[in-house]
Amino acid sequence: MIELEDISYSYGKGPDLLSGVSLSLSPGGFYFLTGPSGAGKSTFLKLCYGELIAPKGTVSLFGRDVRDMTRDDIARLRRRIGVVHQDCQFVDHLSVTENIAMPITAAGQDPGAATRDIKELLAWIGLSAKADALPPHLSGGERQRVALARAVIMSPDVIIADEPTGNVDWEMSLRLMRLLTELNRMGKTIVLATHDLTLIRTMKQQVSARVLRIKDSRVALAGADL
Amino acid sequence: MKVTRFGIFTVLIGDRRADRVVPPSRGMARLTEFSAAAMAFLAVFAIALSSATGRLADRWASELARTATIRISAPPGQVEEQTRRVLEVLATTPGVGSARALTAEEQRALLEPWFGPDLPIAALPVPQLVEVVETGAGFDSDGLQLRLRGEAPGAILDDHTRWRRPLVQAADRLRWLGFFVMGLISLTTGAIITLAAQAAMAANEKVIRTLRLVGARDVFIARAFVRRFTVRTFLGACIGTGLGVGVMSLLPPGDADQGFLTGFGFSGTDWLLPLLVPPLAAAVAFWSTRIAALRRLKGLT
Ligand SMILES: Nc1ncnc2c1ncn2[C@@H]1O[C@H](COP(=O)(O)OP(=O)(O)OP(=O)(O)O)[C@@H](O)[C@H]1O
Ligand SMILES: [Mg+2]
Repeated sequence: MIELEDISYSYGKGPDLLSGVSLSLSPGGFYFLTGPSGAGKSTFLKLCYGELIAPKGTVSLFGRDVRDMTRDDIARLRRRIGVVHQDCQFVDHLSVTENIAMPITAAGQDPGAATRDIKELLAWIGLSAKADALPPHLSGGERQRVALARAVIMSPDVIIADEPTGNVDWEMSLRLMRLLTELNRMGKTIVLATHDLTLIRTMKQQVSARVLRIKDSRVALAGADL
Repeated sequence: MKVTRFGIFTVLIGDRRADRVVPPSRGMARLTEFSAAAMAFLAVFAIALSSATGRLADRWASELARTATIRISAPPGQVEEQTRRVLEVLATTPGVGSARALTAEEQRALLEPWFGPDLPIAALPVPQLVEVVETGAGFDSDGLQLRLRGEAPGAILDDHTRWRRPLVQAADRLRWLGFFVMGLISLTTGAIITLAAQAAMAANEKVIRTLRLVGARDVFIARAFVRRFTVRTFLGACIGTGLGVGVMSLLPPGDADQGFLTGFGFSGTDWLLPLLVPPLAAAVAFWSTRIAALRRLKGLT
């Protein structure tokens, strides 16, 4: 589903942030991605959904090399990959509801048909009262929850979330994780970057999650030492 | 360029959802409307110029399609011979429709008002007159004069239409000047809209990134900007055209028989021409924004 082969990546002329990364994320898997701050977690995720394109090595998404894709192809691909960006990224002058519906709008479909789904999602993430608020008026944790709701609204095959629980309390973290495990049970692939080892340990008791760790510019499966 | 589900019609009737993804900017909207209004106002005058000078050129040109006269003054014995030669020359002159020598009766009729009916015309050294009818294109009177001098030294071309031809040319050129000005106005409008669209894209780079993140294609993003600028330009152009036509209607009415200045303006169905300005302006805005937006999106990765 997401395959990386001998990927190296660096920003500008700097040293390789990632080098020689070969990895295959299989459909229906639940992956945690961890590593120290600045190790390249966000960078790795961006390579996985085609926001960044590696100069060396190949990334293929759904069986296609990203380098062979046009911008339109990548746009269509994003509809199959829901993304929670580390700094969320909203359209600031549109309401929370409109932002959650944005993937539907961008796909040229009528967001009106998804009104109920959006209401249910808002209730689940505890933000029913903020349906009409503007993103700049939300707290950090609220923004992350809205971003997660937007990532899952189209029911994409893959959900890539960069620190979606970084700013929310423990209880809300578990609630968001339940949403993701639920989607994982439906067959969706989940890739989730987090620093929070406690969260990973707790979740590993509930789903068969694999943990990828970035260390010394390599990405490797972590063993039982977590 | 492919125009799928993205025609100018779609843009005008709507897809407000696409429009809303770009934050509204009051200042930008006002500036666009004002520029479009000013350009449309000027366009109305350029159209009026073209239309008025066009009418003038047509009228003068039709007056030109008249006759010229050749006078042949020669010693009595040579008049007939020279007349024959003049007619020969005329028969081979491009631009001459027909030519014929006036009969003695016709000449007498012409002179009657001055000399009375009993004039013994045959006994007097009255010049023989040849009437020349031009074709639409007209003849080269200098060339004809030269050839006549060689063939019939007594023949003088009395070209009373000559002074008008430069006027017709001038009117024609003014008409083209009008078209040229219209072209300039369109290009300037396009340039203004392009700059405005580029500025709008630059100001909304974050929105564009967000839209990309959630799977928006370039055309979707471009459409938001295109719709906004097309609608603004159309509205502005409507206002400018309305004002322009209003001012034109206050000018004294043009009469076909009067001079150039009083004839400036529209007459008859020409009044419908300014109706073309707002759709034309909208089309210019549509294409400039579309090209500017798609080009910029191509550069943004
Ligand atoms: N656009 C960029 N241009 C230049 N350098 C960058 C850019 N984005 C990230 N970096 C650098 O690359 C390194 C890895 O960044 P990245 O965001 O991938 O780390 P991360 O593992 O996600 O960190 P965190 O846990 O703090 O989110 C950092 O040192 C960062 O400064
Ligand atoms: Mg990060």
